[in-house]
Amino acid sequence: MAFSAIRELLAMANKKQQTIASCMLDIEQNETGRTKEEIITLMTQQFDVMIEAAHKGVEQPMMSRTGLTGGDGYRVEEYRKKGISYLGTNTLQAMAYALSVNEVNAAMGRIVATPTAGSAGILPGVLIAIYDQKVHAKEAIIQGLFTAAAIGLVIANAASISGAAGGCQAEIGSATAMAAGAAVEIAGGSPEQVGNAVGLALKNSLGLVCDPVGGLVEIPCIIRNGLHAVTALAAADMALAGVRSVIPPDEVIHAMYAIGNEMPESLRETGLGGLAATPTGKRLRERLFGKMDQQVVEKA
Amino acid sequence: MRYHSAFEIIGPIMVGPSSSHTAGAVRIGNLARQLLDDEPIQVHFTLMGSFAQTYQGHGTDVALIAGVLGFTTDDPRITDAFSLASDRGLHVQFAKANFGFFHPNTVSINIEGRKRQSQLIASSLGGGKAEVQEMEGLPLKLTGERPTLIIDHHDRPGFLAKISSLLSQEGYNIVRMMVERVEKSGKAITVCELDELPNPTTLANLRTFVDVVEHVRLIYVV
Repeated sequence: MAFSAIRELLAMANKKQQTIASCMLDIEQNETGRTKEEIITLMTQQFDVMIEAAHKGVEQPMMSRTGLTGGDGYRVEEYRKKGISYLGTNTLQAMAYALSVNEVNAAMGRIVATPTAGSAGILPGVLIAIYDQKVHAKEAIIQGLFTAAAIGLVIANAASISGAAGGCQAEIGSATAMAAGAAVEIAGGSPEQVGNAVGLALKNSLGLVCDPVGGLVEIPCIIRNGLHAVTALAAADMALAGVRSVIPPDEVIHAMYAIGNEMPESLRETGLGGLAATPTGKRLRERLFGKMDQQVVEKA
Repeated sequence: MRYHSAFEIIGPIMVGPSSSHTAGAVRIGNLARQLLDDEPIQVHFTLMGSFAQTYQGHGTDVALIAGVLGFTTDDPRITDAFSLASDRGLHVQFAKANFGFFHPNTVSINIEGRKRQSQLIASSLGGGKAEVQEMEGLPLKLTGERPTLIIDHHDRPGFLAKISSLLSQEGYNIVRMMVERVEKSGKAITVCELDELPNPTTLANLRTFVDVVEHVRLIYVV
């Protein structure tokens, strides 16, 4: 890999006088031997799957396979249309899309892991809402996916993108940082501003534990996708306004890794602690899996 | 560094709900199928850590089976894997146990076909990335993201020189290589990752011209 830190990525972009997205594209070409056209076509296919999933759950209520959750993307979209919200309508659109993608995921529908399935709503939510503004062409949004990929690669290699290893911060936090950085670069922000957006967004996600009820990617995952799409847009705006991340993004990433290592196993995607251990969380688990659990223990 | 491509972060396109517990599990199943190198008739999964605690909610069980059946991460048939396995005469069994110091999303697999059998321990590292930690009892790591040769052979001097010269004559670049042996002068396995997919004659040549080679498997999980 040609870079292992956000610092190196920014230096590369500044030296080549290119965007981070374009650096990522060069590296991908070199690493895989594919042409740029092939790589962009592949990424466009990923974006089209994202659009499909984002629209599915806002056009009609999408229920999860277990029936525990669903319909929230649709609710937010219907509310948005009334035009009475606190958040701007485009921000609310990002939230609705993010909820929708994660609802499709919980229904075992088709999504793109960005970087994971549990956090798959945030990046599409943010980027498709930006696309809907009709300011940036589809090609520019696809470039944003390469910016996000570069940021995600640094985090995945330096820390983790696995909730079981690093808690929810490793999934939702990484996705928020990726989306914030991509949004900044699409808006024409500098590499430094991309770095600041990564630092700011990730700081606001540190310590987030992975405590899914019944071990399902539903409660609280879906809601966190919706809310963190808003966080990502807020972090992007902060960075574009000139706010700096005083703790450099690479140090924030290392802090996330250290925090993940100190998290007890009960809060790392085991479905044993946090929200999963609340009376309601336990009751829901029992209702769904009580009997099946017993069967497996007997087999073992 | 474990992650190299933009599409490991933006991707895979997959059927939900979890990249590590569903998509990664499909890929582990794919790895098991390819390592067996035979039509599987029986497979026993032992889950540990987060896999053991949450496999039902995440569909890890159906995903592992779907992978053994050869499905990809975005195949809508994943949810029907139990019944499809039984249609194809594949017997599956699940158990939970803690078998050591591995990533929390780890499974130990014993897989049998009519002629061959294989044993592996594999982890799902996040974002759909799967990695074999041990195979046939030896600490050999591989992901199958690049075309990977698994060469069963006898531990003899000059073995590596022979296969690397043969592969270089045929125009292949070796990206990564690992060798482990069961005992001195005994059975050994070499894992050899290439940039390009080797053609069938290369695989046959490895068996024909390198006398200590017993078997060559090709692993490539797209």
